[in-house]
Amino acid sequence: MNTALRRVIVVGASAAGLAAAETLRREGYHGRLTLLGEEPHLPYDRPPLSKQILAGDWQPTASALRGPDDYARLDLDLRPGRRAVALDPDQRAVRLDDGTSLDYDGLIITTGVTPRRLPTGHDLDGVHVLRTLDDALRLRRHLLRRPTLAVVGGGFTGAEVAATARTLGLETTLICQGPSPLAERLGPHLGRMVARLHTDHGVRLRTGVRVTSLIGSHGQVTGLQLTDDSLVEADAVVVAIGSTPATDWLRGSGLRIGDGVLCDAYCQAAPGVYAAGDVARWYHPRLGGTLRLEHRTNAAEQAIAAARNLLGAHEPYAPLPYFWSDQYDARIQAYGTCAADAKIEVVHGDPEERSFVALYRTQDRVTGALGWNSPRALRSHLTALTRPDPAAQAG
Amino acid sequence: MRITLDQDRCCGAGTCVMTAPEVFDQRDDGIAILLDPNPPTQLATSVRDAAARCPAAAIRVEAR
Repeated sequence: MNTALRRVIVVGASAAGLAAAETLRREGYHGRLTLLGEEPHLPYDRPPLSKQILAGDWQPTASALRGPDDYARLDLDLRPGRRAVALDPDQRAVRLDDGTSLDYDGLIITTGVTPRRLPTGHDLDGVHVLRTLDDALRLRRHLLRRPTLAVVGGGFTGAEVAATARTLGLETTLICQGPSPLAERLGPHLGRMVARLHTDHGVRLRTGVRVTSLIGSHGQVTGLQLTDDSLVEADAVVVAIGSTPATDWLRGSGLRIGDGVLCDAYCQAAPGVYAAGDVARWYHPRLGGTLRLEHRTNAAEQAIAAARNLLGAHEPYAPLPYFWSDQYDARIQAYGTCAADAKIEVVHGDPEERSFVALYRTQDRVTGALGWNSPRALRSHLTALTRPDPAAQAG
Repeated sequence: MRITLDQDRCCGAGTCVMTAPEVFDQRDDGIAILLDPNPPTQLATSVRDAAARCPAAAIRVEAR
């Protein structure tokens, strides 16, 4: 272990930041450990926000990742509501929004992402984004007033919000740029199944269109104008059109930024500086290129890897990407890469029964495996994915 | 070591089953099952690893 470490700062107190802090302690780091979080809350989990929290199935406190006892045991200088505003890697110091500075000899950046917004219209009442617990609670309060809802964006967040809203019985329109929700993530074939899932549950689906403007009256949103000149009426709008890495505070730091904090295969961005989770773009040694993942499992796994490497483990981070999405009664889980042009082969169950496992093949190589209401069966098909690839090994 | 598993939180990723198969299994719907709430010490590392990697923070490990 790198025993020279005395002062470590983790910037960003969500799943990745917490996992980094816990790993440092678990691996025997006893020095000062500061965890900075921009939000006023103790670390909480984001996947339930679009589902259990929005639906009201969980109390907001149930999203907490750890209890007060856990933080006491970690001997953590935990600072919620405190934002890092600048980094000086030469002086090894982080400047905070209260004007003070903290020095470090190890830094882990886990600042996550910020939701992308439409160019205009977000000042209207009734227009939401969903990233934080406060966002989710604000949206839930609005949904309880039974508005007509339009969701802009067919990614995970958009699709899950639409599913939750329909489950609550709201009139819901889901607007996506692609041919179906999740088409970009799962390819056209599985995307069509997701589209059917939503229309079967009464979602009005508008595909192949974008929003040109949000329309309002007296400061309140009333609808959306789409690129095909049609109008969707709505008194609540959720804009879920992706997100951008939260790297503004690193401007001028000299760190390399390019759709994320650029890291090597060890999640290192600069000497003593590591990044993990949604904000990190790192070199994946097995894929032979850089990758940035906005998946919950990656947040923890990459943070564990980054923390271990800060302590001197020197292990390249080469995970098998995994994500899941729960919509209505469908639990969709996928490993690897589900490329749009891949060939789909159903290897278990039956898509008509809405319980199956499909493999994604690109040039005779299995690159992804997707399970639809088939968690156990999906796991048993993972060997097809993890089998060593002769070409990659030769390279 | 005492393990508790909150099945209401579990999201069925199966990370625990892959990390510590001696201690965790999965129902057909994906929800994790705790096979051994008091696993032997030699499994401590893999069980703690499973708790750390759980994407739903559903596993708690208490040292005894």
